[in-house]
Formats: sequence, structure tokens, C-alpha cells
Amino acid sequence: MGDLGNLLDGFAHVATPTNLLMAFLGVLIGTAVGVLPGIGPAMTVALLLPVTYGMGPVQAFIMFAGIYYGGMYGGSTTSILLNTPGESSSVVTAIEGNKMAKAGRAAQALATAAIGSFVAGTIATVLLVVVTPLVVRFAVSLGAPDYFAIMLLAFVAVSAVLGSSRLRGLVSLLVGLVIALIGIDGVSGQQRLTFGVPQLADGLDVVVVAVGIFAVGEALWVAAHLRRKTGEVIPVGRAWMGREDWRRSWRPWLRGTALGFPFGAVPAGGAEIPTFLSYATEKKLAKHHDEFGNGAIEGVAGPEAANNASAAGTLVPMLAIGLPTTAVSAVMLAAFESHGIQPGPLLFDRQPELVWTLIASLFVGNLMLLALNLPLAPLWAKLLRVPRPYLYAGILFFASMGAYAVNSQPFDLFILLVLGLLGFGMRRFGFPVLPLIVGVILGPRAELQGRRALQLSGGDLSGLLGGPVSYTVYGLIVLLLAWPLIRLVLRKANS
Amino acid sequence: MDTDTMVTEKTAPTERPGTDRAQYGVCAFLAGLGLLVIVDATGIPNTVSSTDLLGPRPVPLLIGALLLGISVVYGIDVARGGRGEPEHGEDIDLASPIDWRTVLLLIGVFAANAVLIERLGWVISGGLLFWGAAFALGSRRYVLTAAVSAALSLGTFYAFAIGLGVNLPAGVLQGIL
Repeated sequence: MGDLGNLLDGFAHVATPTNLLMAFLGVLIGTAVGVLPGIGPAMTVALLLPVTYGMGPVQAFIMFAGIYYGGMYGGSTTSILLNTPGESSSVVTAIEGNKMAKAGRAAQALATAAIGSFVAGTIATVLLVVVTPLVVRFAVSLGAPDYFAIMLLAFVAVSAVLGSSRLRGLVSLLVGLVIALIGIDGVSGQQRLTFGVPQLADGLDVVVVAVGIFAVGEALWVAAHLRRKTGEVIPVGRAWMGREDWRRSWRPWLRGTALGFPFGAVPAGGAEIPTFLSYATEKKLAKHHDEFGNGAIEGVAGPEAANNASAAGTLVPMLAIGLPTTAVSAVMLAAFESHGIQPGPLLFDRQPELVWTLIASLFVGNLMLLALNLPLAPLWAKLLRVPRPYLYAGILFFASMGAYAVNSQPFDLFILLVLGLLGFGMRRFGFPVLPLIVGVILGPRAELQGRRALQLSGGDLSGLLGGPVSYTVYGLIVLLLAWPLIRLVLRKANS
Repeated sequence: MDTDTMVTEKTAPTERPGTDRAQYGVCAFLAGLGLLVIVDATGIPNTVSSTDLLGPRPVPLLIGALLLGISVVYGIDVARGGRGEPEHGEDIDLASPIDWRTVLLLIGVFAANAVLIERLGWVISGGLLFWGAAFALGSRRYVLTAAVSAALSLGTFYAFAIGLGVNLPAGVLQGIL
């Protein structure tokens, strides 16, 4: 049980005053921005990344882990009290949660979300500890063609499966791949798409791209359609729940966890699908059928647990293979890189202290989140009343600060503006932003692995096909792409 | 949510008649981007070596070709009435038309910060950025906004530039701060 020893070491590293403070700050900031409309966890990590350049990577990641879990939880408060979910993964929570709040049961809805998130987060982090080393052991045996195939799978999954339109997802992915081309090609040293501008030779910094697309793009898009009258915030006291609520919540929590973790851990997962599945399951299993649609606590408990469990699951491919499947994990991957750390199977060998401290801080952050959120619910509700001009002006302010701090050049601010306008256009025309970010981050690596595979095969294109692992992955890709067709055939056969 | 997009895209026009013609602009943008990538790629000397049998050129050529291809598919989709659903959010009211005045003001304020940041320093230009952006977004409590701007820009400068060693320029206030 070397992993258990490593994990205990990790706890020892977290338990210093500075690191506990970082975890606390992360959870606090994460929940606050999760509650605030317009700011998601991905944007927060991107905005705060330049600030952490002065810290050590361990401290930075303890804070990011707190932001990650805090942001996931904070979204549920907005859904329950305001009925306007910010992240797609909290859409389901709003259905029953807001009904509960309107019926005067806001405290119970917030409590089942908070405790459910804690239960799911803790179980899912234990699963993460068990599963990740297994994935690492498998991943070290992979060669360049296998990595190339897995990255193609990630491209197909984020663009064709997770969004509502395959076409728009693919467009977004291609634009991301073009952004990734900018700069000097690492293998040959040739400049691509730099147009002789020296500042472009190093390529666009992923932080600048993420901040531009998430923060500036979002602020401009909201500004274009700003709601002049903000929604009604339902007042709430301390979050708590009674014996009957506990009795009705614990099974949905466990079922939600069981649905959320696997979906988060596979490259085609994400947090939306398991929350919907969990809602459907609870509705089917509930004894109080008539309560669904009028504020059933099971409809909050299950999806919230699924949401948090999938957040933990997402970290498995991110840490073990270096494969991001959600916007937050994509930005976290960029954060690792800007601290000079390369996630993937070798990370566990080279920097076990960092990895296990990060995992230990997930447990600590989860506990802090519970301790913080039950008594602080009224405070979070107040946060929903921040004047919107200040909120979005603040986003632009911190975006400019962060992007300038990356390279200390005003040129980046113009790039940021251009990317912000791109993000604005994507929101206007309904293009998902996740494929673009994944394209920017994985594009150069997919190209590198592909070229390496061709070098090994002596330039023969069959080198890209590789062995059994990549055959399986290509099979999956074909299945994903052909899925609508297969479903059509199945439906015809049934009727 | 669903992979069943073919159905939703076909039923879209019955809900709201008329195609979203601005999407043809997106189509042209994609085609233009594809061409640009291809033209740029043909200008790269394709240096092939024993460690790099592919060279730097084929990948951009492939991506450019895919962009050209997808711009055609996208154009067909738009012509058949396909439309992307604008993004929702807590503070977004999609029933209102795009408020170009606010957007252009924000772009102007943002660009002004980019031009001024090194000359005036972060404290002044960042403060102007916050004040201007809040004004553009409809804040009319000028003095309160100015106080918030000053607090934010001074606070971030001391906390991040001096406290954490983040690179923010002092500009004209060099030596005073």
C-alpha cells in the first residue's frame, strides 16, 4: 500500500498553517465566485493563475483544488435561491431546488446540496485515490500512436458528444486548433501564423486564451443583454435539515455519486449527463411521485451529489493521462504547465509529493466546504445582490490584470480583446467554448505525438494506427460519431 | 444535452421563422480563416529530417482544409434553417436586442487601458478601466464608483505587485507608491 503511505504524507504536507490557509482561501473564493452570476470555476482558476506565479506550485494547487470544489458547490446556491443556473451542470438543481425555496424550504434544499456534495465529494475522492494509480500503471505502457488516438477521442468527445450541436462543436474545436498553431513549431523551429510579429513567435499563452474566451467574452456578452431588473433572491437563514429530510436524502446522495464518478472519469463524460440521469432515476424511484415538480428533496440531493462526484472523477484522466474533459480541468492543466509541471503518468513518479498533497487537499477542502457552507448560507445569498455593473467591471479589471501579468506586455491586452470578441461571437452564435479550449491545449500535443508515431514507423501512415489500445480507441470514436445513426436504426427497429 | 441534434436543427425554423442571416458572416469568417491558414502554411519551408518525417506544413494544411470543408457544411445548415442557440446566463435577458452602445463603450475602455497601462501605471489605468466599465454598464453613482475603483486598483497593486511579486507597472506613480 505505497499509495496509502503517499496519501498520508500528502495530509502531513497540507496540515501546515500556510497550506491550510491556502485551502481555506481557495474554498472561500471558489464558493463566492460559484455563487456570483457570470463567473464559473474555470474562469476563476484562469483569473487567479497569474497571481500564483509568486507561490510554490504545491500551494497554488491546494488553492485551486479548493476553488474547484467550492465553485462546483457555489453554483447550486444560485440555482436554488435565484432559479437561474449559471453552469449547465446546475440546471437540474434549479428544477426542484427553486420550488423548495419558494415553498419556504430553502434551508433544507441548501443543506441537502451541501451535505450531499460533501458525501459525494469524499467518496469520489476515495475512488480517485484507488483508480488513478491503476490508470497510471496502464498509461505508462502507452506509446505515441495510443496517445494520438486518445487525444483524437478527446477532441471528438468534447466537440461531438457534450454539446447540443456536433457541427458547432467541431467548428469551435477547429478554431482552437488554429489558435494552437500560432508560434514556432517545436519540432522544426519554423514559424507558423506569426505574420512576422515577434510577440507571436512564442505562441499565445493558454492563460490569455482562457481569460479572453471565458472572462472577457462572458463580460461582453452579458453586457450586450444585461437584465435591467435582477431576479428575486429568496431570503434564507442557516442551512439545516430534519430527520425526515435525512431519511429521504441519503440514498439519492449515494446513487448520485455512483452515477457521477464514472461519467467524470471517462473522456466523453462531463457533469451534465450524470445530473440529468440522477434526476430521472430519483423521479422514477421516488415514493412521493406527485412531489416531483413541486420541490422534492430527492431531486436536489441526487443531482448535486452527481455533480460533485463527476468533478472528482474528471481529475482521474487529467492527472493520470494529462487529458482534460471539462473547462475547469482544461484550465487546471494549463495551470500545471505554467508552473512547469506536466500531468501524465510520469507525474506520479517524478513529483509524488505534489500529486498526493493535491489529492489530500481535496479531502481537506471538502470538509472545509461543509463547515463553511451550512452557517454561511445567508451570506452567500447576500452576495447575489452585488450591483451588476460592479461585478462585470470587476471581471474585466481582473482579466486585464491577469493577462498583463503573464508576460508584462500591453500587446497581450490587445490579444485578450480580440479573443474576448471571439468569445462574444461564439456566445452569440451558440458555439460551445469547451472544444476551443481543449483544442488549444491538446492540439500541439496531438500533433507532437502524431509526428512521433510517424517517425517510429519510418513515415509510413500505418504508424498512426498503432496497436490494440489505439484500435479500441478508434472503434470508440467511430461509435461516438455514428451514434445518432445507430439510435435512429434502433428506434425504427423498435417501432 | 442530447446527441439528437439533427432533429432539433430541423425543427428550429418552425419555432421561429426566418433564418439567422448573420450566420453567413460566420461562414465567411471560417472560410477566410481556412484560406489564411493554408496560404500561411504554403509559405513555410517544409524542413523534413530523420527525427521529423512529416515537417511543419501538413498539419496546418489539414486544419485549413477542414475549416474550408466545415464552412460549406455550416453554410448548408444555415440555409436549411439551422441556428445556434445564444448562451443563457443568470444576468442575461435574451429577449432584449444586443446593446451595441454598451459593448462598444466597454471595448473602448478596455483598449484605452491597453494603451495607457505602461505610461500611467496599473493604479491609474486599472482604476479608469473599472470606473469606465461600470459607467458603461449603467452605474450612475459616480463618486461611489470612483471610490471603489481607487480601492480596487490600489489594493490589487499593493497585494499582488508588492506583496506577491506579480508584474504590474507603477508608471507615473513610480516612487510614490
